[in-house]
Amino acid sequence: MTYLFAAYVATWVIHITYLGHLARGYARLKREIEELRKKR
Amino acid sequence: MKRAFPILAILTAGLLSYGLYGALVQAPTEQTMGDVQRIFYYHVPSAWTAFCLFFVNLVASIVYLWQRNPKADALALASAEVGVVFCTVVLVTGPIWARPVWGIWWTWDLRLTLTLVLWLIYVSYLMLRRFSSSGQTPVMAAVLAVLGALDVPLVYFSIWFFRTQHPQPVIGGGGSIDPRMLHVLLINWLAFMCFAVLVCWSRYHLEILRRQVDETQALESLLAAGRPR
Repeated sequence: MTYLFAAYVATWVIHITYLGHLARGYARLKREIEELRKKR
Repeated sequence: MKRAFPILAILTAGLLSYGLYGALVQAPTEQTMGDVQRIFYYHVPSAWTAFCLFFVNLVASIVYLWQRNPKADALALASAEVGVVFCTVVLVTGPIWARPVWGIWWTWDLRLTLTLVLWLIYVSYLMLRRFSSSGQTPVMAAVLAVLGALDVPLVYFSIWFFRTQHPQPVIGGGGSIDPRMLHVLLINWLAFMCFAVLVCWSRYHLEILRRQVDETQALESLLAAGRPR
């Protein structure tokens, strides 16, 4: 059972890490859009 | 897609939950391997999903080479990135299954080696896109994607044509599978495909926005440089 849970947990850790990376990308982009708006 | 996104997200969450329930509870325990065989319900659908994403990357790359359509280029990038994530899941869950069943984490078996090569090809593709500043980067990446996609059928058919340590194919390869196991396997594949579509769309949307912001910033810099001081 240890190996089974390790595999399932590893799968979701990989996916959640990638989703976190995407969320950071969106947050960075949002900040840049705000800065561009302020400049105008 | 904006309207369909929340509906697909709810559907995906439901399918993933049902798939997890099926894998842990509904599917019968395999007689020789026991519970560790249940890793198969995440490992195999992840591999199939990665293959589908690399196929999307191939088609988008061909479209880009043919028409120089930037949207096709953005789709190629998004599908390759999400494909690498799924391929990473395959390369991590495989050894976790192999350790209790084979007694080793890894062996340089044809299927395993070709899968690692596939992962390295697409990681190289992403690194090329990330670190090359040449204007020809999308073209070079598309050519690499077309050549890299040749490894996908090699990975898939390696266990059909060669005797390898990796288990034989469960569908279409002459092997048999309990219908309840097949049901859980297909549910998980459907769930991972829906999840991949959602993540890929988000990454594609992010890439399109990123390019628009970059263009606007470049334009702003030009305008600022042109203004009298």
